[in-house]
Formats: sequence, structure tokens, C-alpha cells
Amino acid sequence: MKQRRIGSRVFNLLILLFLYAPIFVLIAFSFNATKSRSVWAGFSLQWYEKLFSDSRILDALWTTLLVSVLAAALATVLGTMAAIGFYSMRRRMRGVCMTINNIPMTNADIITGVSLMLLFSFAIVSFNATLGQLLGITFRMGFATLLLAHITFNVPYVILSVMPKLRQLDPNVYEAAQDLGATGWQAFWKVILPEIMPGVVNGALIAFTMSIDDFVISYFTAGSRVSTLSMEIYSMARKRISPEINALSTLLFVSVLLLLVIINIRQFRQEKAKARKDAVLRSNP
Amino acid sequence: MKNRRNRILAAPYVGWMAVFVVIPLFLVVLYAFGFDSKEGFTLGNFTQIHQYAGIFANSFVLALFATAICLLLGYPAAYFLAREVPAVRRLATIIIMLPMWMNFLLRTYSWMSLLENTGLINRFLRAIHFFDLFGPEKGYFTMINTPGAVVLGMVYNFLPFMILPIFSVIDKIDNRVIEAAQDLGADSVTVFSRIIFPLSLPGVLSGITMVFIPSVSTFVISKLLGGGKTILLGDLIDMQFYGSTYNPHLGSAISLVMMVLVMAAMALMNRFGAGEEEAMLF
Repeated sequence: MKQRRIGSRVFNLLILLFLYAPIFVLIAFSFNATKSRSVWAGFSLQWYEKLFSDSRILDALWTTLLVSVLAAALATVLGTMAAIGFYSMRRRMRGVCMTINNIPMTNADIITGVSLMLLFSFAIVSFNATLGQLLGITFRMGFATLLLAHITFNVPYVILSVMPKLRQLDPNVYEAAQDLGATGWQAFWKVILPEIMPGVVNGALIAFTMSIDDFVISYFTAGSRVSTLSMEIYSMARKRISPEINALSTLLFVSVLLLLVIINIRQFRQEKAKARKDAVLRSNP
Repeated sequence: MKNRRNRILAAPYVGWMAVFVVIPLFLVVLYAFGFDSKEGFTLGNFTQIHQYAGIFANSFVLALFATAICLLLGYPAAYFLAREVPAVRRLATIIIMLPMWMNFLLRTYSWMSLLENTGLINRFLRAIHFFDLFGPEKGYFTMINTPGAVVLGMVYNFLPFMILPIFSVIDKIDNRVIEAAQDLGADSVTVFSRIIFPLSLPGVLSGITMVFIPSVSTFVISKLLGGGKTILLGDLIDMQFYGSTYNPHLGSAISLVMMVLVMAAMALMNRFGAGEEEAMLF
């Protein structure tokens, strides 16, 4: 038994090494003294300095953060409402809605991207040729279409993470709250929402992650005027990526790592405190 | 809470889905049949597709390889992980998800510096005199810009999507079921083949879906690690919308055929899975 443990641990360590090796390379070369991506020429912080004066990269970072925060927030509201609505539907209707809801998740990203691009360009061309001409406005693809696309692929994740929480809900609590005099609205805010909150928060986090990491759908829907960090990296990658991007990714990676460590320590402490409290309660009833 | 009146809350999103999910897909179908083109309604885009049969075959074969390798690496990894001590299991999801927080284009790009002819792997092998002892004579392995590198990129990028659903399914298997089997005299091989593996099948199916679909449709990995030599379906579609061969009608037709083929493959596979409910990643 013991020996098998060792074998399985070695296997998993190798898998982890495989998953993390490129990341270590990336981080290491953000401190490189030259532009090379495979020859180490000494330690330097120059790429970090340059990063903070590169307006192109900073603009792309700003676009990425803005679109991710807005899309995650709007998708969370839209998705939570939709989850409650779906949950209250009759079985067959709910089935139809959930199937359509699953489409953007099961479809390849490129299909979602291309289909939205067709919609946006068709709508924009039609608008500009008719109403736009009358009013003297011309639309182009840009931040607005990017945001619409991001909301579209984010909502399904929110619904899927809120839905199980609704199913776990005791069907009587809502009615109990109303029997005690709460209006439907109050019952929702004071009783239902706190119960499903973990699912809502989880959904928002997944949506934010999906937005930050997305390249393919943004690539097809952002037009030529705005670009996200991923798009910037893609256009650089075909020539040579500046180590400034390595520096930026290292900073982002380290901040996520810190955030996760803090969250986990907090959770661990809370659990420990709870365990202690339970133990005390048990010993002196 | 299951109040019929609450159905109204779904209305905004139902409208949203109609505009941003259903209509766009409908447009893909219309464009594939020549809508909004000079010729009007046509089947020409579909009859042209046969020229690209090689690319279709290439994409499906490479994606199948990548999926198979992911399964061979990911299943044992998930299985071993699920039997770890609770402290490790708690962190497992985070440790596997963490790489995804680094931009996936950058992680793929980083493989370029590892795989290049003058890259880190070749440098390392040269430093330990590997090439002097075993060859090849040119003094490096050609790894970048090969189909192998593209498969590697797929495996690297999508392996977490195989490990996580399998892990979450195995992790939830009731230990008493396994103990009961052991009490009834099953050895460890029987326990695995009759209990654990069948119960983990939903995770396997959803892992396969989550690896195969992005692999078959990628264009980033083939561009960065295949050096433009390995053209996949994703590249072909990308070229029709952004490239020099601008033709959204043909692009829509290719997308449509790819979508139908992928759906057929997935439906076939789920049939073998005997209608198990799909396990979710999150």
C-alpha cells in the first residue's frame, strides 16, 4: 500500500511539472536582462519598468479588466434572475431553456465567435445603411460588441452554478417568510438570496475568469479599434513577444496566487473556529 | 419559491438568448446557404468543402490523439488525487486550475521557447552530451512546427479539463460502496473495474467532450506551435473571416459542417455512456 502511494505521487508530481514548467519558464524570463526567450543573460527588472510606461499594453489591460468586471457583474444579475425564472418553470419549458442555455458552453468557441461576428456585422451594416444614415450615425464593432459577446458566454456559467443552490433550497422557507409577514420581495432579499449566495458568488468568479482568459470570442467580436490583452499577445506572438508581457503575466499570476492563499487561510481558520466552538458546546451542554 | 409568477424573471434572459444565441446560429446556417451574397441561395459553399477533406481529417485525427493522451494521463492523475489525504484533495482543484490563470496564449508561447531547435530542452540535452551519445547528428531534435508539437499544445492546454471532472466524480463515490464490495470478496482489480470505473464514466465522458471540442476547433495552438505548417479547421475558418481569402459564406459552411460532425461524434459517444448524466466541471 505504502509503495503504491509513492508511485502515484511521483506520477502526479510529473503531471504537475508538465503543467507548471512553461509557467516557470515564463516567470524566469520576465527577469531576463535581454530580449531572448531561451538564453539567460542575467537578472534585471527592466521589463517591469518598461511595462509601466507601455501605453499599448496598459490600454489592453484596462480594456480586459473593464470588460471582465462589467460582463461578470451584468451576467451575474441576468443569470441569477434567469436561474430563478427557469427553476419556477414547468418541467418541459425548463428543459428547452436549459438546452439553449447550454449551447454556448458546448459549442466550440470559434463557432460562438463567428456566429456573433455575423450577427454584429449584419446588424451594424443594416443599421448604418438605414436609420444611421438618417441620423448621421455610423456604428462599428468595438467595446460594446465585445461586452455583449462576453455577457453572452458568461451567463450560462452563472446559471449552472446558481441552479443547484436553488434545488437545495427548502421549498417551505419562502412560504414561511411570507406567512410571517414578509412581502415577496422581502422574502427574496432576506431569505432566498442569502441561501443561494455561495452559488451566485461562485458564478460571478467563474464568469470573471472566463472573460479574463478569453481570446477566441473577443478576437471575432472586438473589431479593430479595441483589443484585449489576449488579442495584443496574439498579434505579438506571430513575431516575438516582448518580455514586458511576461512581466505583466507574472504580476497577474502572483496576485491571483496571493488571493487564493488568503481565501484558503480564511476558510481554514473559520472551519477551525467552528470545530472548536462545536467541541466546546459538546463538552458543556 | 417555486412560484409560477417568478417565471417572469427569466424573460430578459430568454430574450437575450433569442438575440445572441439562436439568431447568430441561424445566421451561420443562412450564410452557409449564400444569404446576403451576390449569388443568392446556393449550395456551392458545401460542394466546395470536399477540397478541404484533408484538413477535416487532420483536425479530427490530431484532436483524437490529444483526447486519448489526455485520458491516459488524466484518468490516473484524477484517480490518484482522489485517494490522497484530505488536505491534498482540498487543494487539488486549485492547483490544477491555477495554470489557467496565466493567459493561455502565453503558456502556449512559452512552449515555443522550450521546444525550439535552440530552445531550452535542446540546450539541456546538449549540455548533458545527449546528442554526442545518441544522435541525431545535427545536434538537436526538431520539435517545434511539427504535428507532434500541436498535439502537445492541445494536451497541455486541455489536460485540466480532463482531470477535474473525473476527479470530482471519483471524489464523490461513497466509500461504503467500495468497502461493501471488498467485504463481499472483491479484489482491488475487481473493485476498480466493476465499481470505480463504471461510476466515474460520467466524468470521463464530460472530460472527453471538454478536451475534444476545443482541440478540434483550435487555431491558436496550430499557429504558434505548428508554425503554419499544420493547418486545422480552426485556421481554415479563421482565414475565411480575417485572412486574405475573405469569404464568410464558405467560412459559415465549414463551421456548420464542423459543428454537425462534432455533435454527431459526441452523441455517438454519449450513447455508449448509456445516457449517464454529464458531470460538471464546476
